[in-house]
Amino acid sequence: MNSVVNTGAAPVATPFFFYFLAGAAIVSGLLVITRRNAVHSALSLIVTLLSVAGLYLMLYAPFVAGVQIIVYAGGIMVLFLFVIMLVNIERSAKDRQFNRIWPVGLAAACALLSLFVSAFVKGRNLFPDRLVALQESSNTQQIAAMLYGEAGRMGPYTFAFEIASLLLLVAILGAVIMTKKKI
Amino acid sequence: MLNAFMSYLGSTVPPGNADNQLWALIYVLIIFAGVSLAVVAMNWIERKALAHFQIRLGPMRVGPHGLLQPIADALKLMLKEDIIPAQADAVVFWVAPLIGLLAAFTVYTVIPFGPSQAVSDMNIGILFMLGVSSLGVLGIITAGWASNSHYPLIGALRSSAQMVSYEVAMGLAIVSALLMTSLNRTGTGTLSMIGIVEAQQQQGVWFIFKFFPLGLIAFVIFAIAMIAETNRAPFDLPEAESELTAGFHTEYSGLRWSLFMLGEYAAMIAVSSIAVTLWLGGWMRPFPNLLTGSAWDFIFSLFPGLTFAGLAAIAFIGTARMPAQAYFRIQRIGLAVFAALLGLIALLLLAIAVAGRTNDASIAGRFREGIDYVYWFVLKVAVFMYLFIWYRATWPRYRFDQLMRVGWKVMLPISLGVLILTAIVGVLIS
Repeated sequence: MNSVVNTGAAPVATPFFFYFLAGAAIVSGLLVITRRNAVHSALSLIVTLLSVAGLYLMLYAPFVAGVQIIVYAGGIMVLFLFVIMLVNIERSAKDRQFNRIWPVGLAAACALLSLFVSAFVKGRNLFPDRLVALQESSNTQQIAAMLYGEAGRMGPYTFAFEIASLLLLVAILGAVIMTKKKI
Repeated sequence: MLNAFMSYLGSTVPPGNADNQLWALIYVLIIFAGVSLAVVAMNWIERKALAHFQIRLGPMRVGPHGLLQPIADALKLMLKEDIIPAQADAVVFWVAPLIGLLAAFTVYTVIPFGPSQAVSDMNIGILFMLGVSSLGVLGIITAGWASNSHYPLIGALRSSAQMVSYEVAMGLAIVSALLMTSLNRTGTGTLSMIGIVEAQQQQGVWFIFKFFPLGLIAFVIFAIAMIAETNRAPFDLPEAESELTAGFHTEYSGLRWSLFMLGEYAAMIAVSSIAVTLWLGGWMRPFPNLLTGSAWDFIFSLFPGLTFAGLAAIAFIGTARMPAQAYFRIQRIGLAVFAALLGLIALLLLAIAVAGRTNDASIAGRFREGIDYVYWFVLKVAVFMYLFIWYRATWPRYRFDQLMRVGWKVMLPISLGVLILTAIVGVLIS
């Protein structure tokens, strides 16, 4: 039903959107670490996360993009802001920063950059222009088949997925028990 | 240009999927204008309905029966001084209303007013809606923080706590409706908004009635959670005026305040659309599989015209009942013109229904079909909008700890139970 439509529709102005989203992600990412005001940093981080979600969409992974928006931009960042708002920003912005961890941060950033570069050089065949265009219309169903299996068989990641969800459940229970004095 | 314009009329998929950018743009503009108009209308209806609930008249001075009141309000808000408090964080104060507004309006790109009457049919439709509407809370939080004032901050904290907790129950209720799309031997499920309505059509049942009472319970949970999500009475604690003045938008005035208002009402329409799409058959008219045939199609396609004819009749009765004094003459003429306008729309709709009754492939037939879809969808959403007003007039405000208790200890377990039972029943039946 959808296949006829989606194979015919080429994405609109792909290079423009790619550079737009990548630029937005980089600029707002820089703002995250350069702003002194923590709320401004958090808001910039939201812009970064949303641009990355847009990049996922361009890689024909709409499900990952949707989850990125719900979990990170909608859920985690709300909690971030929630906590930051309770901090006295005026004072903490004026505080003299005495930690000297920026060399470590620089080293970590360089390591990450070299990882990306090596991935770009060695894994050229994994990039979208070398791959067959995936069916955007059935992306969610493919993820479901991977995670839960189909036609009665277990998918390749079913076991790992269930273990991870069990771990998260334990974490939820732990958080509830820690906050409640008596259950 | 004309070709591109006409090409869409025969299409059976949304313009976003048919790669028809011109029509997608036209749809975006139509939806934006339509939603803004609906918000204005809702503003008037809410004030009038609330007034009548409380045995008052409501706005009566600006135009006949206060019909021009929303326009006067909008003008006033645009002309009012726009204050930014001295101690506020100016940039965030500026951005906050825009976040809420953008989140509320972006959602409309995937709302299906008909099988091809949507901007786009995304594979992740409902997920996209959930995600983007959950960004709306960021607007409230940032507004509360940027105001640099006590009441807005408390309002924002309440609001974020409330929206985060009710989102959980809401999401679980949505998942149990999504499970129903894949059950009953119809193959794979779908997250696409259009796919969800089509699944209801194929299975011959609105999901509210499926696996009775499981679908109904999930729907009720969603209906409660969506009131909390949109910060409406009885869950309007973020702006509880007796405790917090006006909550998160206390420091806002003029145009920026009206942006908050617009965003809130647009979000109300959006969540009502989700409920209609998931549980109430979306654009489908009543009994689309039972009462088939062109005769029934024709009878149901008369409904839009008859609705407007009824509204025109009410307006005419209002004209006749105006006091016969010179003071009311202009108002009387105005109401008569309004009634005549409604009557003309009714005539136009009826003419389209009659002209398009035989041939579905003709332009009149396509128009008739489209009007039918949009009419039934909007009618169902309108019922929800009226319910929002009705709740506000009926129920007293919750206390915050009660609200949280209901969210986490009642709604969440019930929605989890419904989800598990839906899965079990679905597996057993198919």
